[in-house]
Amino acid sequence: MKKIEAIIRKSRFEEVKEALLEADIEWFSYYDVRGVGKTRQERIFRGIVYDTSYIERTMLILVVRDINVEKTVNAIRECAKTGEIGDGRIFISTIDDSVRIRTGERGDIALYDNK
Amino acid sequence: MIQLIKKISAIITIFFAAPMVALAQGAAQTAPVLNSGNTAWLTVATILVLLMTIPGLALFYGGLVRQKNILSIIMQCLICVAVISILWFAFGYSWVFGTEFMKSGSPLGAVIGGFDKVFLNGVTTKSLVSPANVPEISFALFQCMFAVITPALIIGAFAERIKFSGFLLFTILWSILVYNPMAHFVWGGGWLQQLGAIDFAGGTVVHINAGVSALIMALMLGKRRDYKVGRPTSPNNIPFVFMGAAFLWLGWFGFNAGSGLTADGLDANAFLVTHLATCVAAITWMIIDWLLNKKPTTVGVCTGAVAGLVAITPASGSVGILGAMSIGMITSIVCFCMVAYVKPKFKYDDSLDAFGVHGIGGIVGSILTGVFATRAITGATGAYGALYGNWHQLGVQLIATSFSIIYSGIITYILFIIVDKIVGIRVDPREEEEGVDVYEHGESAYNG
Repeated sequence: MKKIEAIIRKSRFEEVKEALLEADIEWFSYYDVRGVGKTRQERIFRGIVYDTSYIERTMLILVVRDINVEKTVNAIRECAKTGEIGDGRIFISTIDDSVRIRTGERGDIALYDNK
Repeated sequence: MIQLIKKISAIITIFFAAPMVALAQGAAQTAPVLNSGNTAWLTVATILVLLMTIPGLALFYGGLVRQKNILSIIMQCLICVAVISILWFAFGYSWVFGTEFMKSGSPLGAVIGGFDKVFLNGVTTKSLVSPANVPEISFALFQCMFAVITPALIIGAFAERIKFSGFLLFTILWSILVYNPMAHFVWGGGWLQQLGAIDFAGGTVVHINAGVSALIMALMLGKRRDYKVGRPTSPNNIPFVFMGAAFLWLGWFGFNAGSGLTADGLDANAFLVTHLATCVAAITWMIIDWLLNKKPTTVGVCTGAVAGLVAITPASGSVGILGAMSIGMITSIVCFCMVAYVKPKFKYDDSLDAFGVHGIGGIVGSILTGVFATRAITGATGAYGALYGNWHQLGVQLIATSFSIIYSGIITYILFIIVDKIVGIRVDPREEEEGVDVYEHGESAYNG
């Protein structure tokens, strides 16, 4: 089991979501995040420039079985890429265990529907 | 000697008395007295119509787009008010309601009223508009709000993908070359008015005009890059949509009931039919939604209400309760079909249904005016429609409607090409993807 965390452009979210669903990754969580990085978005209010230094991005968090790691990473990378600075990062880490709350199943089986 | 004195005194009498008599006659015929009741109501109506554009339309359209583009909509509505108002008092008012060319019989009079009232030249605090006897300044202000809201309605068609500079140039040219002539044809004594077309509050001038231009703009500009046919993007703030629709409903009472310029029974009736047509249209849209999509939606009822408001606009001075309810119901059904079936079928991206609701609502309303107009409202010598046996009126309405469609369609097409050549209308793909707000205006709406 691996946890995949991806920071992507907000504007690419819809495409990434579609690609993940197509790759049979059926559930994941996401939230809007702000970070500091190489790109800046200037904001001007009433004639004064505010360099807020933050960049708005969306972070996806997925936990997948080992066999699905590559296709998940590829799906995200293909769809989140624009080729310019600020496309984001993908982080992969190992997960020790998982529990499905409804049934109490443990491990890989808790991640997918066995139908 | 005596004869000589008599002659001289007779001459003196003629010299001095004749002008006095003439003056006295003039005073008796034309000294109109300002009607304070009408003036008070017209002033309130002017405020109500301004509320339709800001904040009404800004919130209605702003709530429907995605949050990355809401500020562009608000900015466009806001700047429309400022820029078009200046244009209107500079020469728009004179263009529409001036009399110079009309009086001199010049062929230009068919399109332009005249330039005798440029910057309200000759309009004083004492100038009155008859027969309502309201100050001409109030009248010009009231008409100004109509000139402002018309180009603002088109914003819904090109939302989320237009450059601010392109929008600004297009709106200015459109107001001068499409709105002013149309308003002159219908309200300023032009040929459509002489033909007898009924347009009480602006079905052709405002709604068909803006709606058809919206369609042309949506077609010329092309689809939004991420637009998927039949799957509209989700509105960023439905409470804003509701507030916008509520402001439109409120403001429309000024729009329709103020258009008679008087505070009398006809305006009371306009108020009544506006309200009833809107109620029926909202309920009809809800029922269709409920039957076909299993759920009555808030956005649906807001859209239905706006469709009803649009449709009753030309008819509000000539139909009764029954006519109003029929117009509301028919329009709601037709607009629903346009938005839900025709738009996906023809695959054009009218982002916020400016054509589907304003264009179609205006066309249906304008034609139905020729059906439901009744002498019970317009008076013993007034116009009446096909339902009461006057098919001629329906014909006149059809002519006025088709002319508006063709005229605004062609001119908008030409203006698009000109503006696209000069400053460019569509934003870069990257800008469209990341949101127009940050790239065009340097702001984002929500920074909490």
